[in-house]
Amino acid sequence: MNDMTPIKTAPKDWETDQEVRWCPGCGDYAILKAVQRTMPELGVKPENTVFVSGIGCSSRFPYYMETYGFHTIHGRAPAVATGVKLANPDLDVWIITGDGDALSIGGNHTMHLLRRNLDCQVLLFNNEIYGLTKGQYSPTSRVGTRSPSTPFGSVDRPANPCAFALGAGARFIGRGIDVHKNLPTVLKAAHAHKGASFVEIFQNCIVYNDDVFAPFTEKKGAAENQLWVEHGKPLLYAGGAKGLAFDQETFGLKVVEVVGGEWQAAGVIVHDETKRALAHLLVEMPFGAYPVALGVIFNAPAPTFESAVVEQNLTASKGKKADLQALISEGQTWQVEKEPHII
Amino acid sequence: MATAVHELTPQEASAEPVPEAIVVRFAGDSGDGMQLTGGQFTLATALAGNDLATFPDFPAEIRAPQGTLFGVSAFQINFGSTAVETAGDAPDVLIAMNPAALKTNAPALKPGGLIIADEGEFGPRNLAKAGYEVSPLTDGSLAKWQTLAFNISQLTLDAVKPFGLGNKEALRCKNMWTLGLALWMFDRPRDAIVDWLKAKFAKAPELAEANIAALNAGHAYGETAELGTSIRQHSLSPAPAEPGLYRTVTGAESISMGLVAGAQLAGVDMFFGGYPITPASAILHHLSRLKQFGVTTFQAEDEIAAVASAIGASYAGKLGVTSSSGPGIALKGEAIGLAIMTELPLVIVNSQRGGPSTGLPTKTEQSDLYQAVYGRNGDAPLPVVSARSPADAFECAIEAIRLATQFMTPVMLLTDGYIANAAEPWKVPDVSTFEPFPVQFLEEKPESGFLPYARDAKGARPWVKPGTPGLLHRIGGIEKQQGTGNIDYAPANHQAMTDARKAKVDGIANHIPDQEVTLGETSGKLVVVGWGSTFGPIHQAVRRARAKGRDVSHVHIRHIWPLPKNLAVLLKGFEHILVPEMNTGQLKTVLRDELLVDAKPLNKVSGQPFRIAEIEAAIDAALAGRGGGAVPADDTQLPEPQSGLDPGRNAGHAGHVSPQSA
Repeated sequence: MNDMTPIKTAPKDWETDQEVRWCPGCGDYAILKAVQRTMPELGVKPENTVFVSGIGCSSRFPYYMETYGFHTIHGRAPAVATGVKLANPDLDVWIITGDGDALSIGGNHTMHLLRRNLDCQVLLFNNEIYGLTKGQYSPTSRVGTRSPSTPFGSVDRPANPCAFALGAGARFIGRGIDVHKNLPTVLKAAHAHKGASFVEIFQNCIVYNDDVFAPFTEKKGAAENQLWVEHGKPLLYAGGAKGLAFDQETFGLKVVEVVGGEWQAAGVIVHDETKRALAHLLVEMPFGAYPVALGVIFNAPAPTFESAVVEQNLTASKGKKADLQALISEGQTWQVEKEPHII
Repeated sequence: MATAVHELTPQEASAEPVPEAIVVRFAGDSGDGMQLTGGQFTLATALAGNDLATFPDFPAEIRAPQGTLFGVSAFQINFGSTAVETAGDAPDVLIAMNPAALKTNAPALKPGGLIIADEGEFGPRNLAKAGYEVSPLTDGSLAKWQTLAFNISQLTLDAVKPFGLGNKEALRCKNMWTLGLALWMFDRPRDAIVDWLKAKFAKAPELAEANIAALNAGHAYGETAELGTSIRQHSLSPAPAEPGLYRTVTGAESISMGLVAGAQLAGVDMFFGGYPITPASAILHHLSRLKQFGVTTFQAEDEIAAVASAIGASYAGKLGVTSSSGPGIALKGEAIGLAIMTELPLVIVNSQRGGPSTGLPTKTEQSDLYQAVYGRNGDAPLPVVSARSPADAFECAIEAIRLATQFMTPVMLLTDGYIANAAEPWKVPDVSTFEPFPVQFLEEKPESGFLPYARDAKGARPWVKPGTPGLLHRIGGIEKQQGTGNIDYAPANHQAMTDARKAKVDGIANHIPDQEVTLGETSGKLVVVGWGSTFGPIHQAVRRARAKGRDVSHVHIRHIWPLPKNLAVLLKGFEHILVPEMNTGQLKTVLRDELLVDAKPLNKVSGQPFRIAEIEAAIDAALAGRGGGAVPADDTQLPEPQSGLDPGRNAGHAGHVSPQSA
């Protein structure tokens, strides 16, 4: 099981015989393909891979992956995955979840998984809607979302998944788009990061929330609206005509024009994926005035939970025998002879 | 000094025969260390060879305001020279460390019983807090008991003076002074307690010395002071017992050790997912120290994560175990259904407490039987095993693991707050005599092909560890297709899978021992049927009734679900069936429904165990054709916090009282 030699597989080896049942045109198809295309590049064995999901459209995912898979209950995938990984740290654990599953009913587990830094990949398919229950607004829906449960528009402010994850202490934050060619790159980086890797994937729900991300996912205008960050490279977009600089006054980021490729002169920041503060600024940029930050936004590994547990188990057991008879005979004992003795 | 305000009358003196057993209750402020005093007295008593049973009774508040009625903490021990199975009915001796402890506990004392009170704590402030206008030590209101009042506080201060402690620290030794006196009264050895104090205060030798000095001073006080006739040394002969090695054990300890034993017998490592809750936390604490036995413990973020992580661990090839009390079990319900659907082994320990909702966190009840048997969505059967005593819990934990791993099913193990906290002597078993039940993981593809939901003769599906090549498969909470485990909503399939899950659990009846009669004949006029921690009082009551010539037997059920297959025939051999329970009649309902017998309930839901006398009276009534009924709550039985004095204070946290009170 510990054989680390990369093994050769093809995307087809990661497909099951099950008929994929998402609505035609659903973004989940593209994500499934991207994951199946990514797995061979990781050089891992299907039998050492476990996909754990909660409940929702996205959570059907494990049925379509030729690996071990556990479709659990609503919101609890992080907790089940924690048990899987603690029981066998050699397994490669992926959690598939959605905005309602991870941030509403399972928000507590998501928070604790991230703060503990369990070594796993969390793929959160964010479509800003409850699809499987037929279209109610979700914790990531924007204010004013009209849905069967909010016929006059939602009034509560949405959660920002990446900001939530950073706040919970996540050490890896990635962002991708269901149909974008860069998604496998983000997935590979997430897998390479040892610890809890949190990836938000903007996923289009064609039936209940169609085109909610279109303003920045459409190919047309993508250059203006998407900023794919790369460690060590300047935060440029719009074909290099615009960049992000630090704004001393607002203690935030500001958009600057870059003339003639002179990004340094314009004060454009070089992306440093190890800087938590920068990651916060990038994931919280309001779309419209700013582009949407995508790619590996934050990557600063730290010791993982399961390795600490294993180490403590070993240290605490050192030099101790697993002698059950001795254990139950411990403490203050007394011997009863054939005849009761009188004190 | 000593004030014996009441001399025993000849009638009172002859009312009781020479005692075979004595009940002592230590009561004081929750900061007075009464549980500790009681625990050490228990140890000394066990070492003296007496059989014993204890009942710790403490408030839900960690540190209730000093001197108040609701801050009283008590510890009762019944010990004797014959077999002891209950913590006793009315105490013979009450040690009251302040007016509040006296007020809440004195009514339960036997007429003619002895009160020892710390006069030093009976000042105007404490008297007022307890609602006394005049000191009960001087107004004659305690006339039906013998009272000894002396200034334990001052005597303790005098005893520890040489050690230069501050006043507050010095007074903390009061409980050891009291313990010393109690040890003298009952002729118990002090050595073990001296050793324990030295170990406990190894880093502060002056505290160890001060406590030992207080202990010795209390003992010497009994030996030398002229206390009149009311205090005398009792010497109880040791109880006859089977030869062997004995120790005292609490239910929480024996369940933890039983789980370790069960995992060894199954040949798998254990994963324990838990979340702090009274009175179940002690199991998490014990197991956290047993890592050399291959135990991984995980304190999860909530009850749901605790059970879900255990399910994940079982899926990955360890034995998942989780534990809680009623409110936590309710939260785990959905996940338990997932374990039923995915047919994974899982043990769920429920240390029951008073309910519903937060209920009575530190009091005992048996009211989660319906929850265990019926409490999930869908047709979701699982085996239910119940422990009857701290010692019995060891075997029950092993049994729960046997059923979980052999039948690929979650199993509920019911215990309660009384069993979890109470201590009793336990004859240490020889673990080599237990029959192993090794788990067989499926590791290779069978020739006929691999089906994740193929069933063996017992109806169990294969257990496959992720990491095994060639056996990749997916499971989940959606209805499974027979054999393949793929998603399948077809009507005939759901019928077949529901039937298969039920048949598997029902079939466990063929793999558990037949129900035995604990005491008495296998047929006759009356059978008293119990489960769980009511064992002691039922057994003693039946024994007493039989000594009076009554035709009554005792049957105590360990396997609540499925019931033993001979139970119907057995119970139908009796004219009357009486079912005492600390709930409103839950086993009674199951027996009526499953066996079509006329089981009559005897119910008590006051957060207190049954008294022997209450069951004895019900036996007589049942034999006279007046079966069952409810035992009225009895405020004199055990100290109860005075409600209404402090509304809201415990509303926020009483549901998950810190481990200190667990």
